[in-house]
Amino acid sequence: MDVSAEAKRIMAVSISKLYASRTQRGGMRLHRCLLLSVVMRSARDLYHSACLAKEREELGTAQPVPVTATEEKGEAMDTTTSGDQVDMSRVETEPEPSLTPTLTEEIQTSSDPESTQGPPKPAKISGKNTVEDKENRSPVSPDRHSRKRRGKASVAPDFLPSKRARLSLELGEERAIRTGQRNCCRSGDSLITMSLNSNRAIAAF
Amino acid sequence: MAGAGGGSNDVQWCFSQVKGAIDDDVAEADIISTVEFNHSGELLATGDKGGRVVIFQQEIENKSQPQCRSEYNVYSTFQSHEPEFDYLKSLEIEEKINKIRWLPQKNAAQFLLSTNDKTIKLWKISERDKRPEGYNLKEEDGRYIDPNTVTALRVPVFRPMDLMVEASPRRVFANAHTYHINSISINSDHETYLSADDLRINLWHQEITDRSFNIVDIKPANMEELTEVITAAEFHPHQCNTFVYSSSKGTIRLCDMRESALCDKYSKLFEEPEDPSNRSFFSEIISSISDVKFSHNGRYMMTRDYLSVKIWDLNMENRPVETYQVHEYLRSKLCSLYENDCIFDKFECCWNGNDSVVMTGSYNNFFRMFDRGQRRDMTLEASRESSKPRQVLKPRKVCAGGKRKKDEISVDSLDFNKKILHTAWHPQDNIIAVATTNNLYIFQDKVN
Repeated sequence: MDVSAEAKRIMAVSISKLYASRTQRGGMRLHRCLLLSVVMRSARDLYHSACLAKEREELGTAQPVPVTATEEKGEAMDTTTSGDQVDMSRVETEPEPSLTPTLTEEIQTSSDPESTQGPPKPAKISGKNTVEDKENRSPVSPDRHSRKRRGKASVAPDFLPSKRARLSLELGEERAIRTGQRNCCRSGDSLITMSLNSNRAIAAF
Repeated sequence: MAGAGGGSNDVQWCFSQVKGAIDDDVAEADIISTVEFNHSGELLATGDKGGRVVIFQQEIENKSQPQCRSEYNVYSTFQSHEPEFDYLKSLEIEEKINKIRWLPQKNAAQFLLSTNDKTIKLWKISERDKRPEGYNLKEEDGRYIDPNTVTALRVPVFRPMDLMVEASPRRVFANAHTYHINSISINSDHETYLSADDLRINLWHQEITDRSFNIVDIKPANMEELTEVITAAEFHPHQCNTFVYSSSKGTIRLCDMRESALCDKYSKLFEEPEDPSNRSFFSEIISSISDVKFSHNGRYMMTRDYLSVKIWDLNMENRPVETYQVHEYLRSKLCSLYENDCIFDKFECCWNGNDSVVMTGSYNNFFRMFDRGQRRDMTLEASRESSKPRQVLKPRKVCAGGKRKKDEISVDSLDFNKKILHTAWHPQDNIIAVATTNNLYIFQDKVN
């Protein structure tokens, strides 16, 4: 689908810009990172909506579709269920977004920036997890509640720069992005991990 | 619309001077990062990425004639900031001059504030045109005279010398900003000034360097909840208790320092509801305000976002009173502009002396002027081709689509590497300074 491909491309561009900003002179610029994360979030939301719509078409049902399966197909480095469930539930309850073929035309994303922000709601997340995820849980789901690292092969899609990804998982919450600032002294192993909640991009500031 | 010709109100802009290297190979250190006239317009300061400040002085050819050509020549050049290294964070601090602001003149010397990402400096620029001569114990070249050989005493006298302009740092205001400083603004009380970074605004006294007061702090307890940053701040030109700051979400907050020590609660919030038909991925980026400037009379303020300039009446918060489209033809190109980073460009804007015209830059070395009274706009170009002495600038036009007329430029031919981010307008006269990447163009209105 053109829309989801475009959204994926924009996500990839955003991530590579975030990577590049780590090495720029003068340090990471908070304003720029914030804007990049906003665009990434919009692209992600649109991508999810597009995938969801596609899934619905294929399945021919109105049931909410767990996102993890589609996520691992084409999503960026990490795939969490919790964050997605929150977002998808929002997509469900709000009016159907009107997706247009090209991004340059009018696009209305279902989740406006304000609604995706704020602290995550742990109770809701874990509830969704248990109800919907059993069928489509990722194979390493027991690890989701531990801080174990994941292998490269399972998380690195082809359109992203090939960096070793370190994923850290917290109970019931989304993964955090670690941007270069905090880890710049340990440049050998510090890398950005993409989070579905793009606010995490600036958590390290 | 063209502004050339016609009635007496029309200004015809002519090339006056261009400063900077001619060759196309631009050294990064030479990229101009700020331009500012002083309060009389006699001095024009530029800052560059290499941390240098160059000050030009106006020399009027014939002061007795009311309409005369004036030229700006180099007055002083000094290295304001050097690259530094923050050892704690392992970060390099760029020496690029983000802003220069002139202090009102109190005596023979001139003072300006210049800032990079982390440190503000107060510079004194003074002239020396006399020197003492006739010391008893020292030769003219500085060698000491043996006191035993002195037979008579004389009083040293001041004799004229070639003019020397000295710049010396008088104050260094450091270590007050965790994030990158984007603005400085001098208060009308002539004693204090503010500095703003992405999340905080600090109030300083010009004489005191070891402390500042934090007056705005929008850093959330949890950085993951951050939704907007401060992009620019400015004091009101007459009310010393009032300042505004703009945000990356397109809002402007006006604060009154009399209300509380920490101005986290705004007095007024200026925000225009978003047009839902224009919503896109990049709506938030293009609504981010890159510059805010009060009008000289203090009744209005102007904001610049990526595609437009808006004039706000301070008494009306829900929408601007005027909106001018700078380059609306770029709206359909936002995706490409995002990829090549141009969408992050921070354009500045400025008022003319009597607040009747506003100016801002664009791409392809174009700059735009909007005449508020006559409801007319003009696009001009700063280029070497139009740089013959006193050559009248021809208005330019961009063809957004359809058939391109003669002399029009199509959107696809625009050079997005040639951007005019910084412009300044003489406080009284129709003299403008327009900075391209590494050149400073000075244009004046046509002298008949």
